[in-house]
Amino acid sequence: MDNKNYAARKKAASILLIVVLVILLVAFLFPFLLVLLNVFKTKADITASPLAFIGKHGFTLANFPKAMEKMDFWRSFGNSAFITSVSTVIIVTLSSMTGFLIARNPDWKANKILFAAMIASMVIPFQVLMIPLVSIYGGYLGILNNRMTLIFMHTGFSVSMATFMFTGAVKSNIPKELEEAADIDGCSRWMTFWRIVFPLLKPTVATVVIIDAMALWNDYLLPSLVLGRKELYTIPIATRAFYGTYNTDMGLIMAALLLAMLPILILYLFLQRFIVEGVVAGAVKG
Amino acid sequence: MFGGITTFCFVAVVVVPFLYGLYLTFTSWDGISLSKPFVGFANYIATFTDADFWASIGRTLFYSLFAVIFVNAVAFLLAYLVTSGIKGQNFFRAGFFIPNLIGGIVLGYVWKFVFNRAFVAIGKALGIAALQNSLLATTGGSMFCLILVTVWQYAGYMMLIYVAGFMSVDNSLKEAAQVDGCKPAQVTLHVTIPLMRTSFVTCLFLSITRCFMVYDVNLSLTNGEPFNTSVLAAMHVYNQAFTYKNYGTGQAEALVLFVLCAVVGICQVYIGKKDEVSA
Repeated sequence: MDNKNYAARKKAASILLIVVLVILLVAFLFPFLLVLLNVFKTKADITASPLAFIGKHGFTLANFPKAMEKMDFWRSFGNSAFITSVSTVIIVTLSSMTGFLIARNPDWKANKILFAAMIASMVIPFQVLMIPLVSIYGGYLGILNNRMTLIFMHTGFSVSMATFMFTGAVKSNIPKELEEAADIDGCSRWMTFWRIVFPLLKPTVATVVIIDAMALWNDYLLPSLVLGRKELYTIPIATRAFYGTYNTDMGLIMAALLLAMLPILILYLFLQRFIVEGVVAGAVKG
Repeated sequence: MFGGITTFCFVAVVVVPFLYGLYLTFTSWDGISLSKPFVGFANYIATFTDADFWASIGRTLFYSLFAVIFVNAVAFLLAYLVTSGIKGQNFFRAGFFIPNLIGGIVLGYVWKFVFNRAFVAIGKALGIAALQNSLLATTGGSMFCLILVTVWQYAGYMMLIYVAGFMSVDNSLKEAAQVDGCKPAQVTLHVTIPLMRTSFVTCLFLSITRCFMVYDVNLSLTNGEPFNTSVLAAMHVYNQAFTYKNYGTGQAEALVLFVLCAVVGICQVYIGKKDEVSA
């Protein structure tokens, strides 16, 4: 009897918990739901009744093509995709090699200095570097307004954290004997790294890719300083420029905001498990 | 070969600008001309007498204090709820994490709509006076909005770290405590939480540094309005340099921000290493 009672109470508690969590989740996602609710309304309907399911003028899709055109969505999407993917590949390639070098030769003075400098650099806020960066790359070298410059800067900023993670991964997960065996079999250092070590670093590669790709895709301040020309805009910059111009037309704004969010949400739908795991691994190891 | 290019990128983008930035604080550069007149400590004097700057630092500390407390409280509670063994835990974890996927600029505009339109409509429909005008238009309100959006943005992220902390605590320890007569609440308070120390340190550090440097949400949500009462430190530095063209002073003020971050970083390492509880 008691047992039955206990089981029933436990079940009721877990149902209650689920209800609470569902309510919390809906409240959490309320801003997004609101955008979804209003994106199919006309500008007048949004102003009149932002909470209604359907406005007086009914359901409309007209906001999307207009916002896409005015925001130059596909071009900024392409810029964001290009910059994010190229930077991420470069970051992973360079920092995995450097991490390997540091992990295997911890006694080299150059390695010690580099590693210490990289760790120290992680507490530098971006605001300290932005003015000198503009001065050096804009004033002296004159290479702002170039996607390659931005990719170079993204790489420079991200390698310290990534190298730190790869160094740890090589030290703790890759047995030295493996490399010695490859060495005896006549592998060069280069081949040993790419054929033997790198494939074993896959989990860390996934973590670094997820953390850096998300950070770079969403970055605003650095790209806004480097990319001043409209045709180079990434999605965050294009969103801000669009908001500044069309902030009276809420229908267009809703469509633009939804478009800006969609790519990453779609990706999340498919890679959710990896993203969640990658973010945790990055935070805990970092 | 293995380290050369990395070192070059790192030095060219981080080390050189950092050192060059130190030099810039002793000049009065206007951002355009190639000449950078040497002015000695004038920029530091300007920094220490810039009341707006210290006001923005004060606001940043106020904002960070509340944001950090609530981010961590909400995140911990959510983590507690989604590790209690109910069905669909992973679904809820993934759901609460969603705000983190999206950049601060877009989030700020989404919430601007919520505060300016949706809350106002709710306020009018339900007759709640406080909501009938946009919260963003009032001095205290815009700071409240900033904190609320920050808590919402980071709670899911910190929740994941706390979840990892909860799961790292060995179940046999909890069972042992229960056998010894602990109530579930006591187990959480005296066994689980002390063993999650590293999670707390990680989350506190991450949330503090993010709050100190916040810019995107500040820009898109309030843009410093009303009357510059929600300008946080990072935005002040940006405006000082790129809007008012006082690059030298802006750089000196950025360095003050750096010192603040460095102090937090050192404290984190120190506290993290000090009397760790080992399982």
